[in-house]
Amino acid sequence: MTTQGTIIKIAGPAVIARGIPGARMYDLVHVGREGLLGEIIRLDGNTAFIQVYEDTSGLLIGEPVVTTGAPLAVELGPGLLTGIFDGIQRPLASLRAQKGDFLARGAVTEALDRSRRWAFSPAVAPGTRVGPGDVIGTVQEFGFEHRVLVPPTSHGGEVAEIRSGEFTVDEVVGRLSDGAELRLMHRWPVRVPRPVARKRDPREPFISGQRIIDVLFPVAMGGAASIPGPFGSGKTVMQQTLAKWSNADVIIYVGCGERGNEMTHVLDEFPELEDPRTGRPLMERTVIIANTSNMPVAAREASVYTGITMAEYWRDQGYKVAVMADSTSRWAEAMREISSRLEEMPAEEGYPPYLSSRLAAFYERAGRAVCLGQPERDGSVTVVGAVSPPGGDLSEPVTQATLRITGTFWSLDAGLANRRHFPAIHWLRSYSLYTPLFREWYREHMPEDFETLRARASALLQREAELQEIVQLVGPDALQDDQRLVIEAGKMLREDFLQQSSFSEVDAHCPMDKAYGMLRAILVFYDEAAAALRRGMPMDDLLNLKQVEEIARLKEAPKDEFGAYIESWLEKLPEAFGAKAPAGGA
Amino acid sequence: MSLVTKQYQSISYISGPLLFVEGARDLAYGAIVNIHMAEGDVRGGQVIEVSEKNAVIQVFEETAGLDLARTSVSLREDVARIACSRDMIGRRFSGLGDPIDGLPPIIPEKRLPIIGTPINPVARQRPQEFIQTGISSIDGLNTLVRGQKLPIFSGAGLPHNEIAAQIARQAKVLGGGEEFSVVFSAMGITQREAAYFIEQFEATGALARSVVFLNLADDPAIERLMTPRMALTTAEFLAFDLDMQVLVILTDMTNYCEALREIGAAREEIPGRRGYPGYMYTDLAMIYERAGRVLGRKGSITQLPILTMPDDDITHPIPDLTGYITEGQIVLSRALHRNGVYPPINPLPSLSRLMNDGIGPNRTRADHANVKDQLFASYANGVDLRRLVAIIGEEALTDRDRLYLKFAEEFERDFLGQGETDRTIEETLAMGWKLLSGFPRGELKRVKQDHMDKYYGEQMEKIWEDKTTRI
Repeated sequence: MTTQGTIIKIAGPAVIARGIPGARMYDLVHVGREGLLGEIIRLDGNTAFIQVYEDTSGLLIGEPVVTTGAPLAVELGPGLLTGIFDGIQRPLASLRAQKGDFLARGAVTEALDRSRRWAFSPAVAPGTRVGPGDVIGTVQEFGFEHRVLVPPTSHGGEVAEIRSGEFTVDEVVGRLSDGAELRLMHRWPVRVPRPVARKRDPREPFISGQRIIDVLFPVAMGGAASIPGPFGSGKTVMQQTLAKWSNADVIIYVGCGERGNEMTHVLDEFPELEDPRTGRPLMERTVIIANTSNMPVAAREASVYTGITMAEYWRDQGYKVAVMADSTSRWAEAMREISSRLEEMPAEEGYPPYLSSRLAAFYERAGRAVCLGQPERDGSVTVVGAVSPPGGDLSEPVTQATLRITGTFWSLDAGLANRRHFPAIHWLRSYSLYTPLFREWYREHMPEDFETLRARASALLQREAELQEIVQLVGPDALQDDQRLVIEAGKMLREDFLQQSSFSEVDAHCPMDKAYGMLRAILVFYDEAAAALRRGMPMDDLLNLKQVEEIARLKEAPKDEFGAYIESWLEKLPEAFGAKAPAGGA
Repeated sequence: MSLVTKQYQSISYISGPLLFVEGARDLAYGAIVNIHMAEGDVRGGQVIEVSEKNAVIQVFEETAGLDLARTSVSLREDVARIACSRDMIGRRFSGLGDPIDGLPPIIPEKRLPIIGTPINPVARQRPQEFIQTGISSIDGLNTLVRGQKLPIFSGAGLPHNEIAAQIARQAKVLGGGEEFSVVFSAMGITQREAAYFIEQFEATGALARSVVFLNLADDPAIERLMTPRMALTTAEFLAFDLDMQVLVILTDMTNYCEALREIGAAREEIPGRRGYPGYMYTDLAMIYERAGRVLGRKGSITQLPILTMPDDDITHPIPDLTGYITEGQIVLSRALHRNGVYPPINPLPSLSRLMNDGIGPNRTRADHANVKDQLFASYANGVDLRRLVAIIGEEALTDRDRLYLKFAEEFERDFLGQGETDRTIEETLAMGWKLLSGFPRGELKRVKQDHMDKYYGEQMEKIWEDKTTRI
């Protein structure tokens, strides 16, 4: 009996092999004499279709193919944080050490460092019965308590033996009575969602530090958001900003088919930036998966699964995790490329017919859940997926399939980006379906009138857009003063509230209370101004008030004493109008 | 390597640029082959698919004159390679890397595979060094940095060649002094355009530090797929082996993509948008991503690809996919060109993603970011108002609006329309301040107070005259 199959056809990343013993769908195989990694994606009689994760140049017909007998899986355990991996979880630093500055193929390396020792303290005593997902102990990983879990596939049982001390990730730290060994790490196949006890409704917003998101279009902790936009509209900056300032515990940043220099930017910047909540380097809560656009396309396809599986692992420990997938379009294109090499029947724009079901399955791995096992804990995975629609055309299949699944839509607009209005999220076209779920949270955490103010701001922006249309047709002279005021207030909201520079030291991150204060300042100003207009104050005087410029500079006001600052500012506001409008001025 | 190379005689099918050889099972995927014609001529080709039954070979030159009976194929090289050497500088090559300047072949220091391997993202160095191109709309508003890839999106009849030549002539890194060279890769451009570049390079002495690869419009389209890879492999050799600062000009990427489509169609692949192959994104990425810097090495590769947007349509797949890969784009405007503005760069849709890393104190000047933001915002507003004026007439505007209209005019005339001059970054910023000082201080909301105090209004004149403000 043969122990290996042979290659019978090679076309780019798609290789067909015959007679692989024990071939199973999605099992990992070694292709050719160099042992390139690949995955079986179709079985037809005696032949297997393989997508190869590395460049296939130089492969010959007749070279061997051997199955590993297991699907593509990631290693989950201490040492993930601060890690930088390629699409199939090979650490890029070890690849560099092995093969040099340029990526060469055939590198074999372990995902988690096998030499590093971690101090493990058991949380259960011998004799305790444990089940799948139970926390058996902890390891301190930077600021995190890394909870070591009984693998979800384990049957559980009685703990026969468990030790504290320093261990590497693959040493045995304990044993169950049936002999099953417990280690700090376990493996999990990337295409299989990790189980949870039960899913829960997301009821808490994911706070991003971006005013337009937190106030107008929030996404839930455990929700899914999509950011479609043409190139140059700021998707990547948006993703990076969320990765930096959001209040998730752990961030998995998946650079899927994106630019090498931008990944460098992240790699350079994150270790230096501080997490505003903990004061520790941002990198310590981050895992980066970098499969840039020129790296092999099949590994790009795998990279989003690698990312979400890591996210689920941290969720299972009871943390709030956010996955930034930049960009899901590149993932979809990788699917299309491989599908076309397999000569599958194409659906819309050459994408395979299973595009939308794959996208849906991916986004559904987001969610808030009660984790499997004891002690009871809650975790969540929030997914923010960038979409790169060709030509900025949102009717294309990837965007449309994504919109059907995600609850928040941040529509990036080329026109806004061109005038450097960032974030270029369009306030009229974006939406969030999550806001009704947050009522209770707002009641507990925000001033009473927060939701009212938000509704008023949305209405004002809508009204301003309508008036702008009139101005475009007949000119500003046709407007009444109160209508002109709406335009001015709309402009304030757009420029002084929604616009936020991710490169500003103060304004890159805006806490909820400051956002609320700024919004309130603008709306109170608008109310006072409207009243002053009715009292007969001339429009031009009103626009020349120094408060107009002060509002414009609120962004740069320090966050710490902002509440007090805005209170005193608001107190003085009626005076400003009063002084300019003597009684009976008209 | 054995002395006798195996010859494969059984050609079964020839169509377009493709040739099928039966039973050629020991040809590796990606191998380069010789195609021997009956008359003794030899052409080149590459294996693009191989199965037990046959190997599919993409012929580099024409398939005209090939027949099924007498043509044979033999292995030349396991993968496509180019001979690299320092002596390439100052030389001219065909699109396939053969010398065409009448001088002898170069003696290789290395023979490198042209396909290239991706730079490991952790080995990349963040591009941060400002390149002064001498063009205000680039330096001031969409700054180019070393290791960046910044394409010029042009249209038929617009002066993209002039701009590229001007950049190649003027580009310098402040405080530089390293070796600098230009690798020029022409794909399917006309003899006239090629002659223009050569002449420009000659006139300015740039030719002596250039490597030129020429695939002209009448050369086989298939060669075009190799040309940029030849050029970039050479560039990598110069940058990462010889520590040089390399500027790569790729023109015209539109021709390259057309060639890609041609091959895709010949292979009967399922086409993506507008008939271009579905893998065009990946293919372009494998070219564009070869720009950059590597940690611990002195050299750099900066790319300046040029493409003409069919019908000036920025959503066409070629500019679209390019824009998704490159770190920004410089967009030329037909309207500005018609109004006699040179260089006709429209700053609004243009973008440099790496700009923020390359400007500011110690790189350009502390007020640079503010000035840029304010110029953008004011010009965008001015352009919007123009549209309004077209509908309702200028009378309806407020005084404030008129200021913006005037600003937009002056901005196009003085800031953008600098002609062939070479401006330093101080001159560019001074021009910016001069124009901004036409607004009352309160209008300049994007500018920080201390910059305002230093540069606004009358202070400008002084700075302009004695140029006390240095980088």
